[in-house]
Amino acid sequence: MANTVKAKKKPAALDSKKARAGWFFVIPFVVGMIAIYLPIIADSLTLSFQKITILPGGGYSTEWVGLENYQNALFTDPNFVRILTESLKQLILDVPAIVIFALFMSIVLNQKMLGRAVFRAIFFVPVIISTGIIDSLGSSNAMEAYMSSGSIDTGAQGNAGNEILSAIDIQKLFGNMVVGTELVQYVVGLVNSIFNIVNRSGVQMLVFLAGLQSINPSIYESCKMEGATPWETFWKITFPMISPMILVNAIYTVIDSFTSQSNQVMTYINEIYLTASGGRVLSTAMSWVYFILVIALLGLVAFLLSFFVFYQRKD
Amino acid sequence: MFNFRKKYKQPEVNPNLYVHNADQLKEYQKLGFWARLRLRVFSPQFLVDVVWKIFRFVLLVGISYIIIYPFFTKISASFFSPQDFVDPTVKMIPRYPTLDTYKAIILDNDYLERLINSAYLSVITAVIQTLITAIIGYGLAKFKFKGRNFVFALVVLTMVIPQRTLMASMFMKFRYFDFYGILGLLGLPNGIDMINTHWPMLLLSLTGIGFKNGLYIFIFRQFYKGVPDELEEAAYVDGSGIFKTYFRIILPLTVPMMVTIFMFAFSWQWTDTFYSTLFYTTQGPKLLPGLIDIPTTINTDSVAKTLYESAILNTAGLLVIAPLFVVFLFAQNALVEGIERSGIVG
Repeated sequence: MANTVKAKKKPAALDSKKARAGWFFVIPFVVGMIAIYLPIIADSLTLSFQKITILPGGGYSTEWVGLENYQNALFTDPNFVRILTESLKQLILDVPAIVIFALFMSIVLNQKMLGRAVFRAIFFVPVIISTGIIDSLGSSNAMEAYMSSGSIDTGAQGNAGNEILSAIDIQKLFGNMVVGTELVQYVVGLVNSIFNIVNRSGVQMLVFLAGLQSINPSIYESCKMEGATPWETFWKITFPMISPMILVNAIYTVIDSFTSQSNQVMTYINEIYLTASGGRVLSTAMSWVYFILVIALLGLVAFLLSFFVFYQRKD
Repeated sequence: MFNFRKKYKQPEVNPNLYVHNADQLKEYQKLGFWARLRLRVFSPQFLVDVVWKIFRFVLLVGISYIIIYPFFTKISASFFSPQDFVDPTVKMIPRYPTLDTYKAIILDNDYLERLINSAYLSVITAVIQTLITAIIGYGLAKFKFKGRNFVFALVVLTMVIPQRTLMASMFMKFRYFDFYGILGLLGLPNGIDMINTHWPMLLLSLTGIGFKNGLYIFIFRQFYKGVPDELEEAAYVDGSGIFKTYFRIILPLTVPMMVTIFMFAFSWQWTDTFYSTLFYTTQGPKLLPGLIDIPTTINTDSVAKTLYESAILNTAGLLVIAPLFVVFLFAQNALVEGIERSGIVG
């Protein structure tokens, strides 16, 4: 603390000169914002309230129609609301699964073992490759389904008969235990979408690994001295220390899965975009509805998790 | 090379032994071979340890298999001939292996031309994005100017808004490019048509608002926050200016992190389908996303039409990522280390 107080007492001239120089570093971004990005956002927002016609001689004309596009999106379009609620529900279920999986795997990958470098390399392959072209190939892949029929699920659709687990097996496993069928369905869904989860948790694993490596091992050493079990050590040390990362990763997961192009809603919006007349404005209105909903979800996640986050006071 | 972020080593303690202090060690050393072995092997800790190690290994191999498996199926299907798809006994290993699929894609779909065009575009945008986001990240990390938080909030905004939301407007912007009507006043009522040129990508990269650039700025900002201020202060005292200090002293330190970001930017641009279909029409330069198409010389009319076509598209996908995979193989170590050192931890 003493250091920061001292730092603030430095000569004001140097400070303000230095501070102003900061603008030079961010100037490309600010220019881009003013010249390109903010007009695009404003345009996109107004576009969602308009009707658009492209003139034959080049250029285009617009007509103000108020909330009509939003009305079309929410009430006239037969699929949008259903797809929206389904995918939001899926997102809420996926976020804890991905975060917990990434945390667990990064703890495992952080341990010393034979071939760790190889495993790490393999686990980070999806970070590089599972976007764009490959992502768009995977969504409806008849070949993948055919080749892997009788073996594991690879994220391809249409092989419902060949799941790793079926709900009946799980039901048997739980026996007389009082577990709701919905929980069973959830667990089955998770196990069967393991490919999906693995592919979407690459960056999160990197973040967790970086977090784990910044924990001072002398804390673990003293825990061992005091006779704490690994289980206790995890909940009393690792978990609180890594909790800021959990917040970051939860938010990243929400952002990543709702901006990804393989997302159901995004795919649907893209379909609408490509339809001939009025598709562009309708798709814009739809994505703004989606955006607002996800921002609300982000706020909720950040709000709920912020109660559990532990910040180690620095210095 | 210094390492500012303290890298801690995991303590070297054998978990099987409860030997923590000198007394216990002396006691342990007094024991004979069999007694030592008994202490090590027949302890519950040992059992737990062995079970955990086996479980861990199985888990890692299993998940690695899940990640790699789709590539196996893609690779094997790429050698299938049409007969193999009809034959239900053929799985994974083709009975009549053929290279026709590859030949057709490479020759008919102009693979080489697309490869060169995409490589050119990816390298240029990735280099620009890496440099620009590093500079912006430095500005946000080290200078307390007024409005810094607002600029950072805008960076977060670019991360959060999905590209699809801006798709229509972005196309319009670059189709009729204008700067608040200034070009209109200069006699270009419809602005400049930038579609099918590299200008949209270059402009987006130069201003740090390209694909996932918000994430890069965020990572660089966190990285520069970990660099001690004393370094720059020493340079300032010695009479070096702010920019000279940055480009001569700070930027060289950033190189490992920049390699990582370059890898991200390059591979995400390489496999990008969003911008390359938005800004480039079929009349424009041929880019890799256009490779994912059925070649004209292949006749897919057979019983297994959908399967065969899907296999062809997957083979094209393989051809797209093959060069990327080679690059990744060589840069893998730099990538992982760069992220570990990035201090996303904050």
